Amino acid sequence: MSEISRRQLITRGLAAAAGLSGLAVADHIADRYGLFPPDGGGVYGPGETLTYAVHRILTQHSFAREFSRGQISNPPFANETAPPTDAFKRFEADGFRDWKLSVDGLVGRSTTLSMDDVKRLPARSQITQVVCEEGWSYVAEWIGTPLVEVLNIAGLLPQARYVVYFSIEPDTWESIDMADALHQQTLVTYAMNDADLPVPFGGPLRLRVPRQLGYKSVKYLTRVTVTDNLKRFGKGLGSASADAGYAWYAGI
Amino acid sequence: MISHPRFYWGENGNVLTPALFSFPIPSSRATVPTGYGYVLPDQNGWSRYLHFEAAWILVLIGGLYLVFGLVSGHFRKGLFPRAADRSWSAVSRSLRDHLRLTRPEEEEAWSYNVLQRLTYLGVVFVVFPLFIWTGLAMSPAVTAAMPTVVTVFGGRQSARTLHFLLTLLLVLFVLIHVGMVWLAGFRRRVTAMITGNASGHRKSV
Repeated sequence: MSEISRRQLITRGLAAAAGLSGLAVADHIADRYGLFPPDGGGVYGPGETLTYAVHRILTQHSFAREFSRGQISNPPFANETAPPTDAFKRFEADGFRDWKLSVDGLVGRSTTLSMDDVKRLPARSQITQVVCEEGWSYVAEWIGTPLVEVLNIAGLLPQARYVVYFSIEPDTWESIDMADALHQQTLVTYAMNDADLPVPFGGPLRLRVPRQLGYKSVKYLTRVTVTDNLKRFGKGLGSASADAGYAWYAGI
Repeated sequence: MISHPRFYWGENGNVLTPALFSFPIPSSRATVPTGYGYVLPDQNGWSRYLHFEAAWILVLIGGLYLVFGLVSGHFRKGLFPRAADRSWSAVSRSLRDHLRLTRPEEEEAWSYNVLQRLTYLGVVFVVFPLFIWTGLAMSPAVTAAMPTVVTVFGGRQSARTLHFLLTLLLVLFVLIHVGMVWLAGFRRRVTAMITGNASGHRKSV
């Protein structure tokens, strides 16, 4: 039997105690500065919280990589989508002329924008990569207006902490924190590679969040709501993906 | 891997582009042409959570190990080849002994031989750092903050392919490692590994 001296036992005990109180302090700081993801509980909570907190500290203002025109993937790959609902088919039948984007929640006044309204907002074009959690990727040019422009029209209230966004498809919604919501590259996208955004890629409107994996870029965007509490949505984990067992924060 | 058993080189890759290599296994996604008439159930949600939690445990424990190894002199004394072994002939002699399955002398077996030392150094200072690095190179947020993390590999798909190959290398290392511990006396060595005490033997440096 190996012998561990009393001194070793005490120093190891102290080290363990220091480690644990360090974790407790980190926990307190993370909570105070909003570094806890909504799915930060449970067995995988510590890993998720560490990832989200470290990313928020180190990458808060970073810009996703942008590519040259020559690096655009031809053809791009459209991931599978659920069969369209009847409501979607009706919009599609007349070329999405009546598609609307509503903005509500913690805003000065709730607003509904038509496609033309969205297109009149300051436009931005960016050549970014779509990165799927499955492993594949492609690069395309995305044209739209930064989400922050849409939010500013409605007037963000200071309590805003998250933006929840919904697809016309049932049970398809995500949310992002204000670091991503106010980021210039978070784009309400209506065109791709110099043409209207094709339906398989999310047309007529898709929220592109290039600093996160593809599943955060919800297709067929119809509604954006600003909140200070994600507990009110679905199971309270922040997104339909998180409700289905996928991480809410998908920056990795 | 099961959701997309195809690997690429460069920046981009998907089912519309040619693969560098792929595995003839069924996939958990209907979009991947595998030749199988069925799609496996999706397990990516929990396995991604587990992956990143495990990654944090690896990084935190690995960090402690590095600090400890540097401070205690373990790397210098226990892993860096001994002066007498820093030659090609010493390495090739050790390699020859291994290939001939020569059992080491009892005394010699309680310290690391030159091949072990070089392998451990390679795993600790080359394979694991590259493994973590190629993993970070796949993060859209990390590469936003530090684009060179991925551009040095020539793109995201290269990083993914390397990450996968490094995983295979580490699995191979673990299998061979455990196999050799088994040959050298599993119980005694694992006890020594856990308690840090080579009971009754000269302390391994």
